[in-house]
Amino acid sequence: MSLSRRSFLTVGAAAGAGLVIGFYLPHGSSSNPEVFSPNAYLRITPENKVIIVVARSEMGQGVRTALPMILAEELEADWKQIEVEQAGASTLYGDQGTGGSASVRTTWDPMRKAGAAAREMLISAAALTWGVPRSACAAENGSIVHTSSKRRLSYGDLVSKAATLPIPTDAPLKQSKDYKIVGKSLARIDTPAKVKGEAIFGIDFRLPGMKYAVLARSPTIGGKVTNFDDQPAKKIPGVGYVGKISDSAVAIVADSVWGAMEGRRALNATWDDGPNKDLTTASVMASLKQAVSKKGASLYSAGDVSKPSGRRISAEYELPFMAHAPMEPGNCTAHYQGSKCELWAPTQVPQDCRDSVAQAIGLDPDQVKVNVTLIGGGFGRRLEHDYAVEAALVSKAINGPVQVLWTREDDMRFSTYRPPSLHQLNAVLDGAGWAVAFTHRIIAPSISGQKGSPTPNGVDPDLPDEAALIYPIANASVEYVMTETPVPLGWMRSVYALQVAFASESFVDELAEAAGKDPLEYRLHLLAKDQDVPFFTNTWHPARMRGVLQLAAEKAGWSKPLPEGRYRGIACFGCFSSYMAEVVEISMEKDQPRVQRVIAAVDCGQVVNPGIVQQQIQGGVVYGLSNSLRATTTIEKGRVVQGNFDDYAPVRMKESPAVEVYSVTSTEPPTGIGEPSVPPLAPALCNAIYAATKKRIRALPILR
Amino acid sequence: MADITLRVNGSEKKVSVSPETPLLWVLRDTLQLTGTKFGCGAGLCGACTVHVDGAAVRACSTPVSQVAGKTVMTIEGLGANGLDPLQQAWIAEEVPQCGYCQVGQIMAAAALLAKTPNPTDDQIRQGMNGNICRCGTYERIRKAIHRAANAGGVR
Repeated sequence: MSLSRRSFLTVGAAAGAGLVIGFYLPHGSSSNPEVFSPNAYLRITPENKVIIVVARSEMGQGVRTALPMILAEELEADWKQIEVEQAGASTLYGDQGTGGSASVRTTWDPMRKAGAAAREMLISAAALTWGVPRSACAAENGSIVHTSSKRRLSYGDLVSKAATLPIPTDAPLKQSKDYKIVGKSLARIDTPAKVKGEAIFGIDFRLPGMKYAVLARSPTIGGKVTNFDDQPAKKIPGVGYVGKISDSAVAIVADSVWGAMEGRRALNATWDDGPNKDLTTASVMASLKQAVSKKGASLYSAGDVSKPSGRRISAEYELPFMAHAPMEPGNCTAHYQGSKCELWAPTQVPQDCRDSVAQAIGLDPDQVKVNVTLIGGGFGRRLEHDYAVEAALVSKAINGPVQVLWTREDDMRFSTYRPPSLHQLNAVLDGAGWAVAFTHRIIAPSISGQKGSPTPNGVDPDLPDEAALIYPIANASVEYVMTETPVPLGWMRSVYALQVAFASESFVDELAEAAGKDPLEYRLHLLAKDQDVPFFTNTWHPARMRGVLQLAAEKAGWSKPLPEGRYRGIACFGCFSSYMAEVVEISMEKDQPRVQRVIAAVDCGQVVNPGIVQQQIQGGVVYGLSNSLRATTTIEKGRVVQGNFDDYAPVRMKESPAVEVYSVTSTEPPTGIGEPSVPPLAPALCNAIYAATKKRIRALPILR
Repeated sequence: MADITLRVNGSEKKVSVSPETPLLWVLRDTLQLTGTKFGCGAGLCGACTVHVDGAAVRACSTPVSQVAGKTVMTIEGLGANGLDPLQQAWIAEEVPQCGYCQVGQIMAAAALLAKTPNPTDDQIRQGMNGNICRCGTYERIRKAIHRAANAGGVR
């Protein structure tokens, strides 16, 4: 049983803990003594190739570019000489789980130190070669230069000498003012292959003699196979093996994907619907309402919320299940060979794949090799490793290489879903209308709890990074009431931050409205006091939140009137240690909002690659818009209703707004960027809809 | 099973498959042209867009029997003689994030530019609305199509 990788990552990142274990390889551990490999992230060859290993998964967020940039900066490498290598599941890199907007913030220090140590060793190697003091030498663009004589040796020239030197543990790190690579919008290294159709995603991986498999799964959550007749399936050309691989799934293996799909259509299976056959969305939401009076776990408490008297405002918000729906459907290729098994997986958790596969097929973890392919969209769905376990089981069953592929209907119906939630908000306003007491009760099932991972003190371990109250209100509390549901839950981009931000930032707009004040002015006033807001291991600084609010408002022209027929809303939120504000400008067409323009401002500390940050924010806004408008997974008779992109319809180009991205210049350590732009979109949009219609939207999705 | 001949990226290919097999799986599994992607299997997302006799079609919903004797072009053919202006524009605008849908987006854009060499924003939105991108790269796609159109569009 694996612990929650995601939670470990996020908590670790917030605590600033060094997550990289076994970072320094023992000397000479490289298989080729000619190669300079002072640590597991870097190899320099005599041919002057600089190979940087990326131990996180590339799912579009740019880690294969951003992480090498960090190391290359300290190494003083020539960016053009860099080659990037993807690590599979390993014991060298600590936790390789890719989630929690954590890749840059958790590898910032280790990657910098790796580059700096190597740079110092190369300088020493050159100084020894020339017989000059180290201080007379400098690292510059992939070479060491003897400053006075202009003599120059490339890193490749120095590898054999450098490899004999001790590895420094205190190599100095560069000042941000001296950065040449970090902070630049360098082109992503994965772009050309992706536009040529040459990029190998999991689904594109091929082995000689490989078969393809699809699985027939219990249509009802928690149901089981009772019987199946494999004969009709086996009559389909190309279908070979048909067999049960778990209590709830039958695999159909064929020479082609189409053959396997046809085989599944022909399979005559009967199912025991199990304990959830009467489950509906309504019954799930009713279970949340029933939990309203339960005592919650305190996430945050300041002052005494019962003390202030004044005008009371209350509201309830709710959000549904949602599905990640990445464009590349689930898949994994496995090759079981008796005493070992190798996998090629588009996964965010290679180590979980290794461990769970080992357990499922009766091998030791070190007998399982997991290679990480490119991922066609993660959004958290590939923090699950169900595909990998399935592929290994089918490969073992047929004793040969196989790719398990999910169809879009499989993806929609057998996913792990964003938890639904209910939010109770209360505030007390003083005579001037400012909130002097604020309470938020979050009622939602726990993802980690459902997976059997620890939930210390009744708190889902994701909440510390995602449920902060960002305002230093004198009397405030945030509570979490943990509920249960049989519907499988998963971490979906921004996780609980989406729910928490939708409820709290819509409610803050309600308070501004009740006070008769401008929503921007209201937020700035609540943030006016420079009093840090501690939330678990994060500390939120009101000045930084004001900074992004003011930046977004200024760029949006908040103080200027809008053209006729345009309306706008604003929201801000802090999650994954980053500060984010968004202004959403809409028009109304046939009573429906049309988002015209989104102005986003972020403070994510030191920006590693501004182009990638812009991509992540543009994408997060569109993802947030999809989540807001129509994303809902509903349950009837224990089965997921939605099956494809017609009844679960993401935003397409026609609905996609122009997104302007601005970032605060900062030399603070980098913080999360993959997820923070998602949560403010829904409340900013709903606040704009309120400005247009005077109707407050208190439940998502907006369009029903 | 049936023997079907089609012309793919300029060369004749004979395949022996069930005639109702979607073109997508013939391309990916039989001909090993994995640039064309599977997204929905229902003609809803456009990830599998290829050209048949110059028109954009959804390979996932086109039985291979319907393209017998016809000319099919995939991403592998579009860039066969050096990068197409669209692919160059996609690189210049840094469009892809995960990149999975981008091949279908580029093939849809190529069909759009063949018909409408200098599209307006509205024509782009109309022409590209069949292709879903979950990473949300739509704005950059629009810019890249303009860039390619300005550079001379289709070859």
